[in-house]
Amino acid sequence: MSTILAVTDLNVSIGKDTLLNSISFEIQQGEIFALVGESGSGKSLTSLAIMRLLPDVISIRSGDITLHNRSLFVLPESHMQKIRGKQIAMIFQEPMSALNPVMTVGEQVAEVIKIHLGLKKDALRKKVIALFEEVALKNPQERYGWYPHQLSGGQKQRVMIAIALACEPDLLIADEPTTALDVTIQAQVLTLLKKIQNDRGLSILFITHDMAIVAQMADKIAVMYHGEIVEQAERKTFFTHPQHSYTKSLLKDAMIKIEKHTTDTKKDVLLEVKGLKVHFPIKKGLLQRTVGYVKAVDDVTFSIKKGKTLALVGESGSGKSTIGQAILSLIPVTHGSVKFENINLVELHDKALKVYRRKIQIVFQDPFSALNPRMNIGDIIREGMISLGVGPQTRVLQDEYIKTLLLKVELQADYITRYPHEFSGGQRQRIGIARALAVEPELIICDEPTSALDVSVRMQVLKLLKKLQKESAVSYLFITHDLSIVPVIADEVAVMKEGKIVEQGLVSDVMHKPQNAYTQKLLLSAPKLPNNENI
Amino acid sequence: MKIVLLWTDVMVWLLVVSLLLWAWTVSSSPQVRKLWHTVFKSSIAMASAIILLFYLLFALLDSVHFRLATPSNESQNKTLQYGGITSLLDVMFSHNMKNTERTYSAPFATHEYTKSIVIDEQGVTKQEYLPLEYVGKGDDITSKSIFAGFVGLAIVGVLIFMHILWRGRGGLKSELPWRTAYITLGVLIVTFTWLYLLSYHYHVLGTDKVGGDVLYQSLKSIRTGVLIGILTTLIMLPVAVILGVSAGLFGGWVDDGIQYLYTTLSSIPGVLLIAAGVLSMQVMMDNNPTWFETTLERSDLRLLFLIIILGVTSWTGLCRLLRAETLKISQIEFVTAAKAFGVGKMTIIRRHIIPNLMHIILISVVLDFSGLVLAEAVLSYVGVGVDPTMHSWGNMINQARLEMAREPMVWWSLFSAFVFMFILVLAANLFSDRIQRVLDPRNKS
Repeated sequence: MSTILAVTDLNVSIGKDTLLNSISFEIQQGEIFALVGESGSGKSLTSLAIMRLLPDVISIRSGDITLHNRSLFVLPESHMQKIRGKQIAMIFQEPMSALNPVMTVGEQVAEVIKIHLGLKKDALRKKVIALFEEVALKNPQERYGWYPHQLSGGQKQRVMIAIALACEPDLLIADEPTTALDVTIQAQVLTLLKKIQNDRGLSILFITHDMAIVAQMADKIAVMYHGEIVEQAERKTFFTHPQHSYTKSLLKDAMIKIEKHTTDTKKDVLLEVKGLKVHFPIKKGLLQRTVGYVKAVDDVTFSIKKGKTLALVGESGSGKSTIGQAILSLIPVTHGSVKFENINLVELHDKALKVYRRKIQIVFQDPFSALNPRMNIGDIIREGMISLGVGPQTRVLQDEYIKTLLLKVELQADYITRYPHEFSGGQRQRIGIARALAVEPELIICDEPTSALDVSVRMQVLKLLKKLQKESAVSYLFITHDLSIVPVIADEVAVMKEGKIVEQGLVSDVMHKPQNAYTQKLLLSAPKLPNNENI
Repeated sequence: MKIVLLWTDVMVWLLVVSLLLWAWTVSSSPQVRKLWHTVFKSSIAMASAIILLFYLLFALLDSVHFRLATPSNESQNKTLQYGGITSLLDVMFSHNMKNTERTYSAPFATHEYTKSIVIDEQGVTKQEYLPLEYVGKGDDITSKSIFAGFVGLAIVGVLIFMHILWRGRGGLKSELPWRTAYITLGVLIVTFTWLYLLSYHYHVLGTDKVGGDVLYQSLKSIRTGVLIGILTTLIMLPVAVILGVSAGLFGGWVDDGIQYLYTTLSSIPGVLLIAAGVLSMQVMMDNNPTWFETTLERSDLRLLFLIIILGVTSWTGLCRLLRAETLKISQIEFVTAAKAFGVGKMTIIRRHIIPNLMHIILISVVLDFSGLVLAEAVLSYVGVGVDPTMHSWGNMINQARLEMAREPMVWWSLFSAFVFMFILVLAANLFSDRIQRVLDPRNKS
């Protein structure tokens, strides 16, 4: 086994701020080396430094990167261009933005091969189709002429992998290649990467924030924290004997135990959704005739008890967010009923609905777009209180109330005069929660509140939600695509597929003994951390 | 003295007051203050802002109209007699208004530009350059210039000293380029005092065909240009904002209707529409001469109509931009959150949508300003712009068309109009460039 890539004592800084502090690691032939860390820890920066693609303002202070024992830093740019693609290839997180929308995918792969290998016409086409076969794209002949928008996210990522493999590189850098994909697709892409790596004896630098993926993929692991590698080890020792406290807490946050849940039959039902259908008309032609319907939600029935949490799990496009909006009466319901404390909200008009607006609130997925950037935190939280007439109605008393709310969501009281851009994702999500809590709701719809957050922050937010539930007996409808967090927060779980609920029940039942084939597939696809016994 | 309020005066002062009110309310927000602070951190923006303010000052001076009481000889007549309508700027330059020469004269000339036929005492007919009537003779231009320079420097010195004193309270260190500001202010004031003081003795920028002072005309034209630039946006803004936001937010048939309206309007050639509007308005004014007491009122009303017509034809671009942006914002989650709180549509527009559109509005207003100043010149040149009796750069250029064909060429009217307009448009463009760079979120990286 020989060393493909060696990074020695790499220091990178912008102005006076150090971004990477003496990073050293080696990648051997045929090895998957995982670089793990939260956002802003410097993982992607390291990969850009290897490709020599760092922006001009960022400068390399010291250190060296060698590929096959040749330093990359002394090469002229023209030489470096040949190395990129031919010896080191890269795949990115967002396959949608990495492909050119006006070229067919076949041409895009062919272009790379033409530049680096100089193949012509028929040989070129054959090579592309062979690559498509290798990355398991179905009907590769036909797919050659397709445009990126005709492909799904997983297929686009396969095309990206095909481009990366086109010139038979020695090292593949995979920068969060599956973060934007659904669980089942993620599992397929990961299996594919593993297979290609085995077949070709490729080395992969795998960058991710997800400990479970690391456990499944990597041979060697380095943990990054604030621009430093705090721990580096073989997979086995890494998971059995983590050394650094940061690694330990990361593993602890990622490790989720399933507790025994019981149904409390005595508790009252708060929300009851019966036979809910939301269909969007498809309009076509000059006169906008309705030619069909998109059945976003199709005959869904479930209920939530007071002070309990129902998790709604499904992949993107399964209709789970639409259900949340239908409960909030933000979109028209085609059929069925949404009963809140035995009042059917579907039949109510705007004015009568206002009473229930107070009782049902929502927390959003994207903490950056959920808060109006032109309003300060106080005004953001105050808005609902004024509109719905909840809590004190004079400004001074409201300020006091908002301050106690901020403390309740574990922020500081003096944040009240600040603006959203001054906060991190986790803090903004807390502000969003405080805004919902301000009107003292009985049900909060959490629409993927943690999927945009880092692992450790995600855990904190989940714990906060749990704590708030204990204090005020609020119920949650927790919408998520991530099965791994369901046991932390939920009592019951409903699994959705294509607008229908395919399985529902207590968390412990569904997670341990899934009945439906789709649920089983979902659970199987989700990458898991090894338990100490079975490493 | 009797104050006279012309229509455009009312509008421009209303605008100034509302701008001040807006600035006052907005200045309480630290976010907005920081943004403007960033705008003025650029020395180019600071210099252009000062030039723009200087122009605005002249426009405002020229927008205070009144009639002075004239002493009446007949004592039995108790009622006061009033003279013609003048403005503060007219009072400052009353000597230039009164002292009209016979015909063309070059800048700083002591004699007329062309020879005239004179018959001297002996009855001999001669052709010679006649001396100008109102030009100080025998005076040394250098000593006057030095004196004017000192006066200018003294004024600048006092202003800067007062500003430094005022700043001194908060510590003298500042990120803003005050040095550039002082230099710009100094250059402007010294140049202007020099022009002003010398205008008592010379026609510094020459005289036109009927002997009118060109400096005075150019300064009077400032009001026309600036007013067209800012009042047109004032007319256009409410239409563009209301229609754009409604189209984006309400959708459905409202959106369809508004889209049809602006596609129709923007498919008619703008100049054609403006010409049609101005000409039909002119016919109406000709048919009702009793509407106006003075020619000034008449030309003022014509200016107002021109502004309105320009406003009505130019809202479509901004409206389209605002519609698209509203469409985008209304899908963002904080608007959904507001809806979940049962907040009304109007409140959503006021609190969530308009504040997030503000940067687009501001950028397009400053960008449009220079375009409108130039549009006035073009329209007046073609003959469908402001009233021919009104001072405007467009009219000056129009007259210069014939002057350029003379031999020897009369160049100073065109030159003055060009320089005054060039400085204004350049300053406005540089300032808008900076505003766009700071306020447009796409430029943040």
